[in-house]
Amino acid sequence: MSRQAILLGLLLAAFALAPLVAGPYLLSVLVVVMYFAYVGQAWNIMMGFAGQLSLGHTLYVGLGAYTAAALFVHLGVPAALGLFAAAAAAVAVGGVIGALGFRFGVKGVYFALLTIAFAEFTRILFEHIPGLGGPAGLFLPVGDRGGIDLIHLRGHPLMFYYLILAMTVGIFLLCRRLVRSRLGYTWLAVREDQEAAAALGINVFRAKLTAVMLSAGLTALGGVFFAFYYNNLFPNQAFSMNRSIEIILAPIVGGLGTLFGPILGALILTPLGELITMATEAMGFKAAGIKQLCYGLSLLAIVKFLPDGVWPWLRTRLGLEPDAGGEGES
Amino acid sequence: MSAAPLLLVEGLVKNFRGLRAVDGVTFSVNAGEVVALIGPNGAGKTTVFNMIAGVFQPDGGRVELEGASLVGLRPDQVCRAGVGRTFQLVKPFGNISVEENVLIGALRWTHDVAQARRRAREVLDLLGLADKRRQMARSLTLPDRKCLEVARALATGPKLLLLDEVMAGLRPAETDRMVETFRKLNRESGLTIVLIEHVMRAVMALSQRVVVINSGKPVCEGVPEEVVRDPRVLDCYLGQEKL
Repeated sequence: MSRQAILLGLLLAAFALAPLVAGPYLLSVLVVVMYFAYVGQAWNIMMGFAGQLSLGHTLYVGLGAYTAAALFVHLGVPAALGLFAAAAAAVAVGGVIGALGFRFGVKGVYFALLTIAFAEFTRILFEHIPGLGGPAGLFLPVGDRGGIDLIHLRGHPLMFYYLILAMTVGIFLLCRRLVRSRLGYTWLAVREDQEAAAALGINVFRAKLTAVMLSAGLTALGGVFFAFYYNNLFPNQAFSMNRSIEIILAPIVGGLGTLFGPILGALILTPLGELITMATEAMGFKAAGIKQLCYGLSLLAIVKFLPDGVWPWLRTRLGLEPDAGGEGES
Repeated sequence: MSAAPLLLVEGLVKNFRGLRAVDGVTFSVNAGEVVALIGPNGAGKTTVFNMIAGVFQPDGGRVELEGASLVGLRPDQVCRAGVGRTFQLVKPFGNISVEENVLIGALRWTHDVAQARRRAREVLDLLGLADKRRQMARSLTLPDRKCLEVARALATGPKLLLLDEVMAGLRPAETDRMVETFRKLNRESGLTIVLIEHVMRAVMALSQRVVVINSGKPVCEGVPEEVVRDPRVLDCYLGQEKL
């Protein structure tokens, strides 16, 4: 634990102090890094801990974002209150999807397909709600960018920077606690073998449902941040398959089911994407999709050479103790 | 209620499509007993277990634990009612440590993870897996995995333990050690055990009573020494084996 704590402390200090030296561009990149670490961590609860694959996780980002944004735009409800509605909406929808899927024994990739389907038809639904701007998008009034208004989530980019930092730290601590809890062990058992889990007295249906609902609610909070940070929402972006894939890349690359995986994955992937963009622009490439191609190739390399993710490999290199929650020695 | 048996299985029936896999199996197990369920391959032994454990719903008959019906309960509810079971094809939680595997079993009766961990260590000590507790379960050898199955089921604190061929694939010395462990458990904590077993060495050493089934039907029942001399049992099961 102690060396991990030191590592974590250093990382936290680096992020906390980064605004002293970094310019606006770098800060905006770091915000994206932390955002993906946050939603990756939230997704990891469902997949990494409970073994339930969601490929439509942007559904919860979008639901959270739209709920809080619409409440703010139409009713003037501050984000600090809207986030409860956002989380509640996502928990409810997650609960419905989970209950449907798990009740009828939809497992594995078929469950993943179900999550895609829900994300897709929510996208179509939101394109037809005029009050939410339909396909033309929903825009949040920008207002004062100089001040700090945490209640309404309006203000300086630095406020957003430290907010997402706090969220990322918060979800890390929450997951760390969860994975060592009774509930966490219940999830691990379900992930590893549902039949054996049931034989040990675990209500598999309830365990999976809890994971989905918690993951959905936490992901929706990421969506609230997203809405108020970017100030615009479009159904074909907020609910797009691409976004769902982006969410799950960091934890997969970093290491499924590990606590550091989502953070490390986001730290690798987001800067990598930015570098590729910069490099292709500097070299004057205009080919559409070249960034995605390079991105895909890097992912292939990571998956090929480090199939368990980067963190388990790095952890061994650093001589660190495995996290609790099912990371024994091989 | 006067002295209901711990486990009562009566007229149990299970059909798989056209095949009647279990047909009228009846036996009862008193608290503190060790009973073996034997019979040739395909006799329906594991199917009987699965009906007791809630994996399959019987098409007929009764299953009762201390007079309360288990029929219609899910496997997790049967476990919480006090029945622990192992799987013939072992199902370790491969990517977590041996200790965590057993700890999860202990979480059946406690919400306190630290307490569950303590219990897990005791059980692992008892089964001789203590020095492997930090290994990933997937790295265990088959005999150790069988041991882990037992440890996990034991950790749930069952009144009744169903063992599905836990001795198969063990060396004689390992079998003897496992038998000794169960005898000790039975003697010291009064644990009731029903075992499916082909290893007659273990059946003879461990069980106080033997129930024989063949083609889903009950053949006979009695103390081990009598059952192994019963012509019906020799005919359908033990005939070729020299005892």
